[in-house]
Amino acid sequence: MTSDLTRRNFLLQGCSSITAIWVSTHWPALLSAARHARESAQSSAAPKLDFFTPEQAVEIDALTARIIPTDQTPGAREASAVYFIDRALMTFAVDDQKTYREGLPELQARVHETFPSLDKFSAATPEQQDQILHSFDDQEQTGRRRPFRQGNAKSFFETLRIHTIIAFLLDPDAGGDPQGLGWKLIGRERAHTFQPPFGYYDKDYPGWQSLPGQTDKTRS
Amino acid sequence: MMPDQPKYKTSDEVDFVIVGSGAAGGILAKELSTNGFRVVVLEQGPYLTEADFTHNEVKVFNQDLLTNHPKLQPTSVRKTPDEKASPKRALVYGRMVGGTSVHFTANFWRFHEIDFIERSKIGPIAGTTFADWPITYADLEPYYTKVDWEIGVSGLAGSSPFDPPRSKPYPMPPLPTKCSGVIFEQAARKLGWHPFPAPMAILSQARPGRSACINCGFCLGFGCEVGAKSSSLATAIRAAEKTGRCEIRPNSYVHRIELDANGRATGAVYFDEQRNVHLQKAKAVIVSANGAETPRLLLLSANKQFPDGLANSSGLVGKNLMFNSAAISLAVFDHPLNDYKGFAVSRVFHDFYELDPQKVGFYGGGGLDARFDATPVSFAMGGLPPGTPRWGKGFKDALAHNFTRTMEIFCHGTSLPVETNSFSLDPDLKDAWGLPALRLTYKDHPDDLKLAHWLNDRALELLEAAGAQKKWSQPIEEQQFGVHLLGTCRMGNDPKTSVINSDHRTHDVKNLFLCDGSSLVTSGRGQPTMTIEALAFRAADRITAMAKRGDLA
Repeated sequence: MTSDLTRRNFLLQGCSSITAIWVSTHWPALLSAARHARESAQSSAAPKLDFFTPEQAVEIDALTARIIPTDQTPGAREASAVYFIDRALMTFAVDDQKTYREGLPELQARVHETFPSLDKFSAATPEQQDQILHSFDDQEQTGRRRPFRQGNAKSFFETLRIHTIIAFLLDPDAGGDPQGLGWKLIGRERAHTFQPPFGYYDKDYPGWQSLPGQTDKTRS
Repeated sequence: MMPDQPKYKTSDEVDFVIVGSGAAGGILAKELSTNGFRVVVLEQGPYLTEADFTHNEVKVFNQDLLTNHPKLQPTSVRKTPDEKASPKRALVYGRMVGGTSVHFTANFWRFHEIDFIERSKIGPIAGTTFADWPITYADLEPYYTKVDWEIGVSGLAGSSPFDPPRSKPYPMPPLPTKCSGVIFEQAARKLGWHPFPAPMAILSQARPGRSACINCGFCLGFGCEVGAKSSSLATAIRAAEKTGRCEIRPNSYVHRIELDANGRATGAVYFDEQRNVHLQKAKAVIVSANGAETPRLLLLSANKQFPDGLANSSGLVGKNLMFNSAAISLAVFDHPLNDYKGFAVSRVFHDFYELDPQKVGFYGGGGLDARFDATPVSFAMGGLPPGTPRWGKGFKDALAHNFTRTMEIFCHGTSLPVETNSFSLDPDLKDAWGLPALRLTYKDHPDDLKLAHWLNDRALELLEAAGAQKKWSQPIEEQQFGVHLLGTCRMGNDPKTSVINSDHRTHDVKNLFLCDGSSLVTSGRGQPTMTIEALAFRAADRITAMAKRGDLA
């Protein structure tokens, strides 16, 4: 028995038969998240969900995959954001459990309202998913600096958005995605020490030179 | 882990109890214990060391690993005294042994001569309590030099034509020049300004037990894992412990200064970690708890003799708060700067340190620095230009393109002292120990906001001259949140208009001293820590002399 099958069973466990059918049709995406979760745990055991039901995890995984989508480069799904968030809701984000409990059914109601043939966000096409998310959040960056510490998100979408960003960009050597996919995307090298030159603009820099006539006021 | 230290009994009347172990408290502990006195430092936060520090942004920012915690220590905020304050985070300060010096940027300018005598030069300003200091730059210069050499500041003497005189060069060369520094220097010179290598309290050369900066990139907000940042923890506290006369007592939350019938301080009352209450007896008490917690402690210590708070005959305890005005512009460049590598700031200029009010139409002045201080999660939250999508492909593409290509220009400026700007006790809100919470009342003087706009326009000019691909500014708004906590127990010769004298002794209680950001009379142009530390070295000299001639009894 391969461990992949074990994980599949794990995800199917507890799902209704309809969900089980749905899960089986969406298996490749889930497999990807599960594989990375396994790598992050550095173990062949099935990834463990502590907060979400497998059914909820499928929805959250689909949501994170629209917040930081997969294209030519990996996104939140490959970084196993759903597992990070699951763990977060039992640890540093325990206060946000209620936001998720209430937010997920609201989201699913919105899905049904927008596309009556659908009940699950994860069952929609990416274009449909984006349309649903725009109805929750159509804001743009304000360019405001460092709201991370001060601003506590209230809405479900904003909470999930922040958690997805954390899952993707937290230092891979200090609790983040151990694969460091987010850091790779943004060009943040994983080394702990750096030496100049650091980038393009300092590589030919000759060093600081005083202007003519500048005096040294040091008296020694 | 805490190094070996003496353990004094609370009933043992030590020479000094110091409340707070940060920039000022750490240096006072070192100096006084080195001078032969028995010292107990009561620190409300934990004793963390390099091994406890982490690059985990959630732990550091969201969970306040190193800082005051809004759940344990809620605060309230309002703009004017006639409003009811609403619960909101008002401030961030370091809450651990070493205090704010552990997690700060380590920008380390000295104040200039003008900062101490500007009221005389400019004249009165309506709506303010603008005043001269009772000491001058010349009085403080030897102590600035002491900070440079003993605590460890890197920089290049004589590199700014606007620098005040110094008696000695820096003990070590400046840190490397980051790409943001190169861009800033070239553009500023194009505009006829005078950029210079930033003086930083970060080692460019190793010292015993401390590494030179390794440019790890987790600096602002984080504790330094290699001891390169010249925090009190990495410097003064260690030196104090080596004397064998100083006990650092962490997790000790002081909430009252005890007085005897003669109005003399007898010690500090605190909660230990289990919330048992103790009185540490001492011959003299020094409060260095920061510009918010120092006045709060005096207000919490009100008694029959001092119904309005200890040492508050002037009524000015907690008042005249100054945050420093600030503005930030950001820019994206064509090629990678990789400015995430290294400490925050490598170039500064002071051409606008002293603006002529007749010419610009407002009072003020400041300095601009080139920096990048955002770690990856914080960058994704607030480092992208306005108009960028907050999620989806557009968001992802912007992160991928901008993180290595972004830099900031931070404008730091004066705040005028306004009496109603203050920290006081909230009448309703309580902290986790049941004590009245801090209430912030703050509305920037109009000149502070005009200055922020004026300096920010220079930042945008510079970014234009530098050929930025895209540039934008943070909105400049009235401040309702502070990290520089200045002026709330100001120094002065007149007991009616100040709380402490130039020796940091309170006018009202002979053996009670205050030394931290609260002592400042003016705000400088940002970067107050260097001046707070110089004041602490000077206060230690003054207090030592008083104690030796029996003037504390």
